Amino acid sequence: MKRLLWHVLCVALLAALLYPVAWLVAASFKPANEILSSLALLPRKALLGNYGEVFRGMAGVSVWRFLGNSLLVSVGSVIGNVASCALAAYAFSWMRFRLRGPLFAFMIATIMLPIHVLLIPQFTIFQRLDLVDTVWPLILPKLLATDAFFIFLIVQFMRGLPKELGDAARIDGCGPVRTFAHVVLPLSRPALVTTAIFTFIWSWNDFLSQLIYLNTPENYTLPLALRLFIDQTSETSYGAMMAMSVLTLLPIALFFFAFQRLLVEGVATTGLSG
Amino acid sequence: MTTTRTIGRRRTTPPAEPVPRRRPRYGERPGLAYLFLSPWVLGALLLTVGPMAASLYLSFTDYDLFTTPDWIGLANYRALFGDDPRFFAAVWVTVKYVLLSTPLKLVAALAVAMLLNRVSRTQGFYRSAFYAPSLLGASVAVALVWRVIFDERGVVDESLSVLGVHTGGWVSNPRYSLLVLVALAVWQFGAPMVIFLAGLKQIPQEYYDASAVDGAGPWRTFRSITLPMLSPVIFFNLVLETIHAFQAFTGAFVVSGGRGGPVDSTLFYTLYLYQKGFTEFRMGYASAMAWVLVIVVAIITAVLFRTARLWVFYAGEESR
Repeated sequence: MKRLLWHVLCVALLAALLYPVAWLVAASFKPANEILSSLALLPRKALLGNYGEVFRGMAGVSVWRFLGNSLLVSVGSVIGNVASCALAAYAFSWMRFRLRGPLFAFMIATIMLPIHVLLIPQFTIFQRLDLVDTVWPLILPKLLATDAFFIFLIVQFMRGLPKELGDAARIDGCGPVRTFAHVVLPLSRPALVTTAIFTFIWSWNDFLSQLIYLNTPENYTLPLALRLFIDQTSETSYGAMMAMSVLTLLPIALFFFAFQRLLVEGVATTGLSG
Repeated sequence: MTTTRTIGRRRTTPPAEPVPRRRPRYGERPGLAYLFLSPWVLGALLLTVGPMAASLYLSFTDYDLFTTPDWIGLANYRALFGDDPRFFAAVWVTVKYVLLSTPLKLVAALAVAMLLNRVSRTQGFYRSAFYAPSLLGASVAVALVWRVIFDERGVVDESLSVLGVHTGGWVSNPRYSLLVLVALAVWQFGAPMVIFLAGLKQIPQEYYDASAVDGAGPWRTFRSITLPMLSPVIFFNLVLETIHAFQAFTGAFVVSGGRGGPVDSTLFYTLYLYQKGFTEFRMGYASAMAWVLVIVVAIITAVLFRTARLWVFYAGEESR
């Protein structure tokens, strides 16, 4: 009985929490005049028209273009982060060198640093390099491991691997590089996958830097395209706006369903917050 | 790459470099370590240390991105604190936001973590489900939903009207607009909740058994066992969430259409910084604002660490 009550409570809380998401999905199928005030989830008559409108494009640019740009940024970020952070993490966790302590402390400190203090000089750099309004300012920093948080995440994981493996690898004739490639890296897969998923989702959701760096509609990512709606919110465009919101959240939802265990474990063990 | 292969093949013989007679122990090749670190070192120098110094310099200049920066000394800082009412509005809005959203979020996170912290096959499912908003909430899409739900004649307005409360839309009302963003932040309590749950699992069952034997009720047990044992995790979440809250941007931008209105009621600090830097191109001024933010966040973090001595309990440490 007590058990049942617990489940009822949990489900009720969950329903309240996820109501806005359900509302969004429902609204994306509703005609515009029904969206605003209707509490009901089920539309009186389900329409696909909103999605049709989205796929007709915005500001003369196809939605596929926005999607492609977003994918480019996210996939580029994932590759950059996983590669550069894994390399740095291996050095911090498995190798010894004189500056390890101070550099590690510095790396941790940069996690806490508000990015706003770097924004303007970084923008100036990318402007000098003539890279503004391309995806490079969004991907290049990841290739240089500026998301120090993920270095920390992978370090934590690599430190937990048994050192005997390193000894065994050495006896078998592996130097540090081959130990990294053949022993540590394969065993760190959970941490690398966690890094990849979080990087994907964060760069997919990222708004501030995309807002700053991308400024012609052809180069817009999905969040920026969605933002176009903000400036022109007449009620008639609500339907398409909701449909497009659903589309932008879809990849995150898919990642969540596929990897929820890893995601939640990643948060639990490292304390990263969304 | 060639050096690597050599080491690999040589096995027990020392490498060719002039090293002490002692065979280098595993991993003792500093050059190689720095090679692994090189992307990060490059990034740290070019994209972190360099820009920090640059923005400190720019904060003492008049800089519009296109002409060379003009040294103007402390003028930006004097203007900030002297005659910029919007700056104070932004600070006040941000402080209110941090003070409201962080405690509410943490209380919600702890409450739900306590609720979920029991042996059950379904715990994993609930944990993931409650965590989901933390992944979605940072997006423009969800902020748009918030904007529509809390708008005039939106879902919230309509339901409150049914109850006889007429607020006329929270988004356009300066008295309530900030609450829309607080609600958006609290909605994402899943991440700290997951961390709390991990912390709760670390508390030894014996403590609870002992307190049951002593006849302590649930509230007493919570106060005397759960809270002190969990205090390091609470502290961790508090620091992290506070720092995050100071930097909130997307929600305010989307809900207010980039303006921070109505009447600057959602003019978050970062939003004002963005406006100064990237719409007015007053980059020197914006740099000064960024440095004020860094210093304030640093001070608050330091103060939190100070107070931690008074209330954070580390097991194994002698009681104070």
